[in-house]
Amino acid sequence: MISLALQMGATKTPEAVLFWIMAPIAVIAALGMLFAKKAVHSALLLAWVMITLAFFYIAEGALFLGIVQVVVYTGAVMMLFLFILMLVGVDSSDSLVETIKGQRSTSIVAAVGLGGLLISLVGRATVGAKSLGVETANAKGNVQALAEELFTKYVWAFEVVSALLITAALGAMVLAHSQNIKSRTAQRDQSIARFRKDSLAEAAGLPAPGVFARHNAVDVPALLPDGTPAPSSISGTLKARGDMLESALFELEVKEVEED
Amino acid sequence: MNTLELLGKDPGWLTAVKGLIVFVICVLATLVSIVMERKIVSWMQMRIGPNRTGPGGSLQSLADGVKLALKEDIIPAAADRIVFVIAPVISVTACFMSFAVIPMTGVVNLFGYKTLLQLTDIPVGVLYILAVASFGVYGIVLAGWSSGSTYPLLGGLRSSAQVISYEVAMGLSLVAVFIYSGSMSTNAIIAAQHNWWFGVTLFPSFVIYAISMVGETNRAPFDLAEAEGELVGGFHTEYSSLKFALFFLAEYVNIIGVSALASTLFLGGYHALPGLGFTENWLGGWFTLIWFLAKVSFFFYIFVWLRGTLPRMRYDQFMKFGWKVLIPVSLVWIMIVSTLRLMSNNGASRVVVSSFAVGVVLVILTVMQFMESSKKKREIEDQLGDVLAPSFPVPELPTKKTDALNG
Repeated sequence: MISLALQMGATKTPEAVLFWIMAPIAVIAALGMLFAKKAVHSALLLAWVMITLAFFYIAEGALFLGIVQVVVYTGAVMMLFLFILMLVGVDSSDSLVETIKGQRSTSIVAAVGLGGLLISLVGRATVGAKSLGVETANAKGNVQALAEELFTKYVWAFEVVSALLITAALGAMVLAHSQNIKSRTAQRDQSIARFRKDSLAEAAGLPAPGVFARHNAVDVPALLPDGTPAPSSISGTLKARGDMLESALFELEVKEVEED
Repeated sequence: MNTLELLGKDPGWLTAVKGLIVFVICVLATLVSIVMERKIVSWMQMRIGPNRTGPGGSLQSLADGVKLALKEDIIPAAADRIVFVIAPVISVTACFMSFAVIPMTGVVNLFGYKTLLQLTDIPVGVLYILAVASFGVYGIVLAGWSSGSTYPLLGGLRSSAQVISYEVAMGLSLVAVFIYSGSMSTNAIIAAQHNWWFGVTLFPSFVIYAISMVGETNRAPFDLAEAEGELVGGFHTEYSSLKFALFFLAEYVNIIGVSALASTLFLGGYHALPGLGFTENWLGGWFTLIWFLAKVSFFFYIFVWLRGTLPRMRYDQFMKFGWKVLIPVSLVWIMIVSTLRLMSNNGASRVVVSSFAVGVVLVILTVMQFMESSKKKREIEDQLGDVLAPSFPVPELPTKKTDALNG
């Protein structure tokens, strides 16, 4: 549809408008990714940069590439996002302390090297080479032409890259794997263990927070039927964080009832 | 006539009008489907269901929508304000975007132009829907993260793991359709089904898609992201008012979206049922819209039926099912399908094709038999008790199960 519109002569202006709107946004997002304090914000801005790139690809007639860019990079950034949440922590922000010695200088050298490599590659492909245009490349259909190139001319490179990726994935699994030396405590085992204790007080589970209390918030201990608070009803996490309220505040006043 | 050329002739304003029509259809369908869902579930549970607002309770969801909009909008103090507001917007935008490539009617006359009720027909249409869906997950995950609270975070993480793993199965189930239709454009896929629906010829793909679409939309029995017994409301616990309404809308539009994709890919899209092809010309072609909506409603009914029938799955069983059953089965199925396709393309005789099919069935049966017997063997071994320690010296390992309990 878009490629058709481009062919039909309504070409230059919309493309220019798209470029001048999207390009600054992409650059700002990329800079924001570098300078954002929270790691999650960086990941989000990265996703946005990738999506803007996809817009450009689609506008240039590389429809398949654009769509695949979205599929692949949204998934990849999502993984990054999960890594941040699970490995670094929910509210993590950048620390500028160099933990590994010489990391900064090494990474600067690597970045400059990679940049030089990319510039030389792209330069070799564009400077002096005659461009044939998207129409020639898409003559047999965008997807078909891409598939033909990938599975005939570049099949070796393609296979090598996929082998590399599989090796990396396996390596990650090996590194992250830990063998269980004890059998896992399942629900059933926990239940048995509860009943094997000296007292049966916790056999039916701990009291839930807020039960019988004047508040039903999770940080307010439950009241037992006699009006005394039950601190065991508060989650261990809240206790460790110190988010537990003083239980005496919520105690019911026990009035002496005269027996008739 | 090529649908791409047909749609390419649309003037800009017509595309805008079609976009508006698609939007209105989605919103109206959401309103109707919420009432219908409540009515169907109550019928299955032998209750009456909503019956106060409007005739037979039919305006209930409209009233609920107004009520939601008028509620107080709360942003928790611990929330990341910008992301908290963006998340529901992402969710809703993504699910509406997927409708752009779904053809709702055949060729019809719209304001004097011959066209289809479809915004655009791109050659990678189905892939585009997958891309938009994977973008939509961000809404859920960001909502969970930005709420600054434990339950939403857990719900968001669950949901992202769930949607990503079921998207793999969904994408694999679509490969067989691509191979047989030779295209990824929705219209070409519909055209390729003029003899037989893919729901019949590629039945395993259809089953895998149907299962994974329930997982993809976070619906019962796979609604672990909002399991109210464990996570309060899941990722939208902290949301209220219009922002919550947006998530609500997104969920239902998403259901309608995957149902529409299912009818397009497997049940012949806007075409009539076999033998009723003459109805497609009624109302100047607009009757195809009714066929399309009927097929979508069929899938929606299945969604409600599942919700009314099945209990929620446990999370580990659910992930195991996705990765260890759905994905391997679809991989094997893709290999079978592509072999068959290659055979028929190379002009293999019927004898060769059918003997290949019989061979595949035999291999599958043998493998299943083998797995069954090894499972039985393992059960017997488990009953025999703990593994004895080897006779040679080894570092001390807790080999007995009881150690885990006592220690």
